[in-house]
Amino acid sequence: MQQIISLLQSSIWFGTVILYGAMGEILTEKGGNLNLGVPGIMSLGAIGGLIGSFFYETRVEEPSAAICLLVTLLCALGLSLFGGLIYSFLTITLRANQNVTGLTLTIFGCGIANFYGSSLNTLAGGVGQISLPVTSAAFRAVLPGLKNTPILNTLGWLVYLSIAIAVILWYFLSRTRTGLNLRAVGENAATADAAGINVTRYKYLAICVGCAISGLGGLYYTMDYIKGTWTSGGSLEALGWLSVALVIFARWKPIHAIWGSYLFGVLNWLYFYFADLLGLVGISVTMTRSSQEIFKMLPYVVTILVLIFVSFRRKREDQPPAGLGLPYFREER
Amino acid sequence: MQGITKRFGQVIANDNVSLEIRRGEILALLGENGSGKTTLMNMLSGIYAPDGGQIFIDGNEVTIRSPREAFDLGIGMIHQHFKLVDVLTAAENIILGLKEPGRLNLDAVAKRVREICEAYGFDVDPQQKIYNMSVSQKQTVEIVKVLYRGVDILILDEPTAVLTPQETDRLFAVLRNMKKDGKAVVIITHKLPEVMAVSDRVAVLRKGHNIGCVKTSETTQQELVNMMVGHATTLDISRAQPKNPQPRITVTDLTCVDKDGVKRLDKVSFVANSGEILGIAGIAGSGQRELLESIAGLCPVQSGSIVYTPEEGGEQNLLGMDPLAIKNAGIAMAFVPEDRLGMGLVGSMGMTGNMMLRSWREGKGPFVDRKHPQELAKQLWKLLEIATPGTEYPVRRLSGGNVQKILVGREIASSPSVLMMAYAVRGLDINTSYVIYDLLNEQKDKGVAVIYVGEDLDVLLELCDRILVLCGGQVSGIVDARTATREQVGLLMTQIRKEGEQHE
Repeated sequence: MQQIISLLQSSIWFGTVILYGAMGEILTEKGGNLNLGVPGIMSLGAIGGLIGSFFYETRVEEPSAAICLLVTLLCALGLSLFGGLIYSFLTITLRANQNVTGLTLTIFGCGIANFYGSSLNTLAGGVGQISLPVTSAAFRAVLPGLKNTPILNTLGWLVYLSIAIAVILWYFLSRTRTGLNLRAVGENAATADAAGINVTRYKYLAICVGCAISGLGGLYYTMDYIKGTWTSGGSLEALGWLSVALVIFARWKPIHAIWGSYLFGVLNWLYFYFADLLGLVGISVTMTRSSQEIFKMLPYVVTILVLIFVSFRRKREDQPPAGLGLPYFREER
Repeated sequence: MQGITKRFGQVIANDNVSLEIRRGEILALLGENGSGKTTLMNMLSGIYAPDGGQIFIDGNEVTIRSPREAFDLGIGMIHQHFKLVDVLTAAENIILGLKEPGRLNLDAVAKRVREICEAYGFDVDPQQKIYNMSVSQKQTVEIVKVLYRGVDILILDEPTAVLTPQETDRLFAVLRNMKKDGKAVVIITHKLPEVMAVSDRVAVLRKGHNIGCVKTSETTQQELVNMMVGHATTLDISRAQPKNPQPRITVTDLTCVDKDGVKRLDKVSFVANSGEILGIAGIAGSGQRELLESIAGLCPVQSGSIVYTPEEGGEQNLLGMDPLAIKNAGIAMAFVPEDRLGMGLVGSMGMTGNMMLRSWREGKGPFVDRKHPQELAKQLWKLLEIATPGTEYPVRRLSGGNVQKILVGREIASSPSVLMMAYAVRGLDINTSYVIYDLLNEQKDKGVAVIYVGEDLDVLLELCDRILVLCGGQVSGIVDARTATREQVGLLMTQIRKEGEQHE
């Protein structure tokens, strides 16, 4: 039983990181822009929050949890928004190739994050590993009244925020005028333009807000998932790519992204608990390192299967936005 | 509209055009391809800005800078290519971009859409997705969309081009309802019977000028055709008698269907002879492109046959062959497509590279032969006086005329037995055009079967030996270019057949 609970816990932690990343990307892609810079954006959000809280928490005698939260959030959102602005400016205003720009942004964001992350670790001295107990604790605060509930008592408030954002995003995209207009921009920018929708403004806003949401994923990763530390191992980048896969898995629907992210979490952590779980039903297996790696590719296998399935069904609602990846220029015919 | 002028670069699309659109009336705007009908209406609907002239609405001068401003003034235009989002429903498309007060309430929208439909006799299901709709349903959604926005002046750009006769009748009934409602309707068209059937007045444009505006009840189709095509001008293109014409390509009952299920070619039959230039005339989109592409093996054919007869006799069916198979069968076919940089040449490569597109399979082993293409490029450079800094200079940066010379030069250098050209002189200046005509005549002299798709009737009449006229994918006639007149071809293009006009 304990193994199942820990599996679910780890899956939700894991899932929350990629849920943020995927929601940001869904918003961006609904506006017709394919941002492959998600891992970079998440790294920017992660390092932004980390730098902010490091300088506040280590320079102040008695850091207050509220200010920790505020500074960290602002820095994380600010830096990921900045990444979004770079991407929007290049792809919308300068009409650069979206794939190339996105990939570049991933390399750029991850590089920046690893560079400053290592610097922070050096600055922290000691064992060469920063730790931000106050900020991290503030982010991992459990909702009141849930202290004794299993699973829920290990979830920080950012987990609930991610679910709330997913629901808001769903409502926005399917039930509001602005959401309808945004979808039209992503499907057919020329049509939206002829209908009097400001395509450039919609795209800029969708990308920048999307990047800010993705950045929160990075923040959750540093503050909650690895508890206020930094490692330059590239595991956040891997999570970023998984977010992009999750967008496809969820077929661009935020609600599907919620359970999809937790499923990805279960699949990702299965290798760790697999032997124990089988042990519960009386089967004994030994997991070697190499067989563990096989489990880690499960989320991608599932994504490929979903892609195959969706392509076979050819249901129009499940397809990516028709204008995805295409630059829009009014005078081009 | 008064004294409207619009230029695109050096081309004058509308020259000092004045037009009056009245409420409670259907005005037909008639003219050949490129006569400036759509451009003129685009200025009214805010897509283009006029370079000169004024627009008055109800006596007040207005400037229309965007489609949105046009809507605010009550002007709505329905384009040939529908502007609808496929995965959204009709109702969602209709309210797209509107800034109505309050929250989004699709049920209320659906109710208003139904009211509009009832008032004018449309049939639209607001909840239906666009991708499930037929072409005529999509058009209806477009019309409802502009009506929903409270439009008083409705412009339709060739609305019947995609409709069946029954759908056309239904559309006309709706338009008459709108007329009764006091709205002003403009339809852009080149189909004379429809003009006679639905309009109250007709304005005829030719080469950007307004030729005249007449009451439909006081005119005849023949008079309108004469206004449309104007008087012949003499171009002095040399034309020799065909030498020993032999059937080279025989096309029988060729039928092509595009991916939307629309018939692009309908039982087209003709013979292209060697040593002869066969002109193909028709309103744009009457099937010219599909015809050439099916012969070249680029367009899937539904039924019919294309038979090639080589000089030495024998027959070969080209149907179902791709360009490589045609080449391997030993048939030298040259094709100059209308989209020069898209289908004909690679813009970022130089002349040599583009020459190699024809010859890259030659050469030894895995290596391509660069030497011969380069020599050919140099020859063409001198021979055709192509203005390029060098044979390696990207062809995209050259002017349209030079690009066409390279393309035609390459195709002719392959010493074809069949040469097909689409809009060979489009966008070219007079001198370059004559160079191309001379090249064509030279090929004809060599006994090549030349098929020339053109848009300028004067050129067709002076250059070609015979002219095949396409109308809506059907052959409406094949005439002898030496004796035919502009009016005759113009009539055939709009498919009014009279006895004895078909000279085979």
